[in-house]
Amino acid sequence: MNNATYISIFYIFAAITVFSAAFVVFSKNVIYSAFALLFTFFGVAALYVFLSADFIAVTQIVVYVGGILVLLLFGVMFTNSIMQADLKSDVLHVVPGTLLLVATVGGLLFTFYTTGTWKPSDVQLHGSVVERIGIETMSRYVLPFEMASILLLAVLIGAAFLARYDKVRNNEQ
Amino acid sequence: MSVSAISQISLPFLMGNNLNAWSDALAGLTISWFPLGLVIIAAIPLVFIALYALTYGVYGERKISAFMQDRLGPMEVGKWGILQTLADILKLLQKEDIVPTSADKFLFVIGPGILFVGSFLAFAVLPFSPAFIGANLNVGLFYAIGIVSLEVVGILAAGWGSNNKWSLYGAVRSVAQIVSYEIPAAIALLCGAMMAGTLDMQQISVLQSGPYGFAHFFLFQSPIAWLPFLIYFIASLAETNRAPFDIPEAESELVAGYFTEYSGMKFAVIFLAEYGSMFMVSAIISIVFLGGWNSPLPNLGSVALYDWTSGPVWGAFWIISKGFFFIFVQMWLRWTLPRLRVDQLMYLCWKVLTPFAFISFVLTAIWEIYVP
Repeated sequence: MNNATYISIFYIFAAITVFSAAFVVFSKNVIYSAFALLFTFFGVAALYVFLSADFIAVTQIVVYVGGILVLLLFGVMFTNSIMQADLKSDVLHVVPGTLLLVATVGGLLFTFYTTGTWKPSDVQLHGSVVERIGIETMSRYVLPFEMASILLLAVLIGAAFLARYDKVRNNEQ
Repeated sequence: MSVSAISQISLPFLMGNNLNAWSDALAGLTISWFPLGLVIIAAIPLVFIALYALTYGVYGERKISAFMQDRLGPMEVGKWGILQTLADILKLLQKEDIVPTSADKFLFVIGPGILFVGSFLAFAVLPFSPAFIGANLNVGLFYAIGIVSLEVVGILAAGWGSNNKWSLYGAVRSVAQIVSYEIPAAIALLCGAMMAGTLDMQQISVLQSGPYGFAHFFLFQSPIAWLPFLIYFIASLAETNRAPFDIPEAESELVAGYFTEYSGMKFAVIFLAEYGSMFMVSAIISIVFLGGWNSPLPNLGSVALYDWTSGPVWGAFWIISKGFFFIFVQMWLRWTLPRLRVDQLMYLCWKVLTPFAFISFVLTAIWEIYVP
């Protein structure tokens, strides 16, 4: 694949990501916002591929599209009168909003330009990163990994407890 | 002509027989700036899905179901009704494209599109032959499991966009089923990945090749492998909404699920997506447990059946036949087993398949570590 094709594909995905993200924010229909998130997540996953982070790209699809987006859509769909709700707020704070925006963008750009480690590495990444991710997770990052798994287990048990069919209460009614 | 010359026939386009030789050669093919080869690589699975859905998917399924029910099936159009599918396609093309007045036009239109893209994207990592794979990703298997979640969003878009309570409930039923069965399916495939030690689909296939044919397949390499194989097969039926897990559709009792409002070409696209994912899960199960493009025939002394039936073209033949075999089993089950109720469905997923998937995961890990 030559360079021009590569760059044009990159810009197509970048445009998909940015425009769908803008649509998520500016759309007044919550359902449309939720579906536009699909394209944002998809575009971000494609950008990860451009960074040779295949594993993270697929994880992005699995976790965000398969998990979070579906949950979000279910939540939106099961909410009453979602289509009638007027999403535009009456109160607009233009000046504080602009200040916050300028501060955030300025801060990000400042960090980006002053931190010297944001350069592409000299060594091109070759071969599979999956093994290295696995080994790092089970050796150096084993404590955070185990803590996350215990947290998720607790959440799972809690969800099952809340959703459980309560026999005692149903007999009383 | 000597016998070894048979494998020499598999040298079309003079591209050689090396791993991924055809797809690499195609990927390099550009006309001035336009990457024509990449478009061709993407078009090959698309044409394959269309052809197989027309012939085996529609006509074959109707005939097979007819024979199983002691009927004849379509017999009017052409000899043995061979041209019935063409007549159906013409009918679908001519049909008025109805969009319900109160439907959400945008979601109604993109729903089937997202659904088809979701099922088609997984074909990128299926090795169709030792010399051909769309994208040789080192996370291929993980990608194939993960990309199915796009289909889920397509189903929700179709169900919500129809603005019909049966469609919406059908979509929710379908999504709940797919999301739940992804868990045992993924754990079962993880057992296969553990036996291979890689997620690269082409490498998984290479690891299962050898002169004894089927004896090298992962299904026969460990005494526990049949358990994840069975679990993945059952879960894949649920993921593709096939019987006995077809309550998302259940035309006879629950209206037709998320595609109630669809007609004409949009309906055809939904069906193409369904046939696409049927072949996809069949190909994945044959790659992970049954050797993918490897020939199942062993070398018997001087009768070198394995050597004669290996090579890029034979590889394509084997993986497609294995996929078609599993699709046949899916059709067979459809006309044999009754539908599961929704609570039985969830019981099977969470209380039977998931614990057994974990058991097979642990047993496979023990086998892989302690048995050389």
